[in-house]
Amino acid sequence: MTQIIYDGSYEGWLTAVFEIYEYKIKDVAFAKDENSNALLFSNTHFVTTDNAKADRVLNGLQKRLSNSGFSNLYYAFLSEMNQIEEILFQYVQYVLASPINIEQDFSNNNVLNVQKATHLTGRESHRMKAFVRFKLTKDNLYYAIVEPDCNVLPLIENHFKNRYADQRWLIYDAKRKYGIYYDLENVSTVEIQFDANSSSSKFLAEISDDNEEFFQSLWRNYFKSVNIESRKNTKLHIQHMPKRYWKNLTEKIPDLKSRK
Amino acid sequence: MVHERVMEKLAILADAAKYDVSCSSSQSTRKNQNKGLGDTGNGICHAYTEDGRCVSLLKILLTNHCIFDCAYCVSRKSNDIKRAAFTVQEVVDLTIGFYRRNYIEGLFLSSGIFDNADFTMERLVRIVKKLRLEENFNGYIHLKAIPGASEELLKEAGLYADRLSVNVEMPTEKSLKLLAPDKNHKDVIQPMQYLKNEIVGYKEEKKSNYKAPLFAPAGQSTQMVIGATQENDLEILGMANYFYDTMQMKRVYYSGYVPISYDNRLPAIGTPVPMIRENRLYQADWLMRFYGFNVNEIVGFDQPNLDLDIDPKLGWALRNLHQFPVDINTADLELILRIPGIGVLSAKKIVAARKFKKLQAADLQKLGIAYSRSKYFLAFASPFQLQKDLTSAQIKEHILNFQKSKYQNNFSNQLALF
Repeated sequence: MTQIIYDGSYEGWLTAVFEIYEYKIKDVAFAKDENSNALLFSNTHFVTTDNAKADRVLNGLQKRLSNSGFSNLYYAFLSEMNQIEEILFQYVQYVLASPINIEQDFSNNNVLNVQKATHLTGRESHRMKAFVRFKLTKDNLYYAIVEPDCNVLPLIENHFKNRYADQRWLIYDAKRKYGIYYDLENVSTVEIQFDANSSSSKFLAEISDDNEEFFQSLWRNYFKSVNIESRKNTKLHIQHMPKRYWKNLTEKIPDLKSRK
Repeated sequence: MVHERVMEKLAILADAAKYDVSCSSSQSTRKNQNKGLGDTGNGICHAYTEDGRCVSLLKILLTNHCIFDCAYCVSRKSNDIKRAAFTVQEVVDLTIGFYRRNYIEGLFLSSGIFDNADFTMERLVRIVKKLRLEENFNGYIHLKAIPGASEELLKEAGLYADRLSVNVEMPTEKSLKLLAPDKNHKDVIQPMQYLKNEIVGYKEEKKSNYKAPLFAPAGQSTQMVIGATQENDLEILGMANYFYDTMQMKRVYYSGYVPISYDNRLPAIGTPVPMIRENRLYQADWLMRFYGFNVNEIVGFDQPNLDLDIDPKLGWALRNLHQFPVDINTADLELILRIPGIGVLSAKKIVAARKFKKLQAADLQKLGIAYSRSKYFLAFASPFQLQKDLTSAQIKEHILNFQKSKYQNNFSNQLALF
């Protein structure tokens, strides 16, 4: 077995696919730079990301897939599902080997697995469109912290850009340590360091707009008022809003006053 | 700016609005203009209440003062509750403040009737206009059309809102007369008719002239209260069918009556909300809209109510066993859609996937259909012939024994009574 070590980017993975074909490498396993267990494998192949090679793979795929089938690949990659590189590689082999478009061969395991990954990312990206909770700072920046299961910031960028065209905003992925920032013109990727006290209530009070805390209370108040007690259905509630998201959801965090 | 007393108003006026179950924020075509605020799309539920319902819009009443005394309504004149009213500016500030923080998709604005219909409607329209024209707000707005309001006001409402709705509330005129003596069906049907014509007209105009204004691009909807009065499901679904066919409604909502009154015309406080029935009505509604079912196939004079223990598609299938088994490898999509346990997405997947190979039972399970329910209705070349001779009653028993219904407790209680 040959271990393919790449930089973790989509282009890097595409380059790897190109080189697997180029060097006719059989029986591959993928690893990202930081966590490669090179010693476990007798053969390793290092991939240097090469946009020309990546583009050639993309072109080949584009010819054999529909537009949605083509973009689904990228979605699947961003799912960060366990062994997604291998799953996608098997799928790509099937796509390239077949004379016809196979993306709707739903009973095929390769197709099914990729579809699962695509679905996962799609759902997570929809969730982030829903669960982002902006807070306003004194200098008129709307910022939000999220921790999505999949790497979805690249997918939700346009949604927020189109919707909040007249306000500066920042959405920060605390899990992957990067954010997207809109400056009223363009969206750019940013890396920020938060220190330990950045979540303390004192710090938050210092940077927040004067009305911010009040609006959060209004929202919590609203959220409580629209509930119908006699229809309580906790299971459904949690199914739609899984607990892992609660720490970043304003309505699920108690008021500053009642926080310890 | 938003003031402290808004907090209390919000609690009162959100509480009063929550029995209106519509929360849809989809199907509009409004887009962000001139780098303003907001747009609309496929609809997003930003949160879910502890009862599991979607929170998509800021759903409030402008006021819960009301001159009417409808028995089923929490804001009825004779009810001894706290009353409040927002100012136009307060509603605008709340909407914008919530929207900018990504709490909501937009505004759902309804109101008790104060003074008269036109006076109320004029206030609602003023808010929407202010949001659109002064705040350049392009998010979703669902506005109540107040029965009895003038056509000029309804027209203005349509030019600024994404969706309009008039609630029929009671499925029959008789019930409406019983519980809301001040109202009659005609007052409700008339504005619906007017809106339908306008919506169709503007849509037609838009086709030939893309600069033509939008008029309620997300259409109109209505709501019926279920379980407050004696109507059967045939009457309810018949009415829904009329709204879909004749009024071209986008949605009909069914709201299980939540007892809020000691009025002896109504179920007493403490009576459980008819949630199972409500759920079955929605399933039947989906069958009519997405599965090609005619209302007469789901309910009829011999079968005026939906089964509570099984879903309406399974109910139909058990009454029509002669239409089965269906061979999913050759049948048309329309027939596959009628197999219990197979949804619209799965049906389409089956039709796509069978081009590549002959599908077997194991393939179907991978596609994510409810195989335990559908297997009684499927024909495979081999080897699944064994279910063939079961009667409807036997199939029903098998399925009920196998599935763990979330409502199971309700049924075992009922059975224990007899």
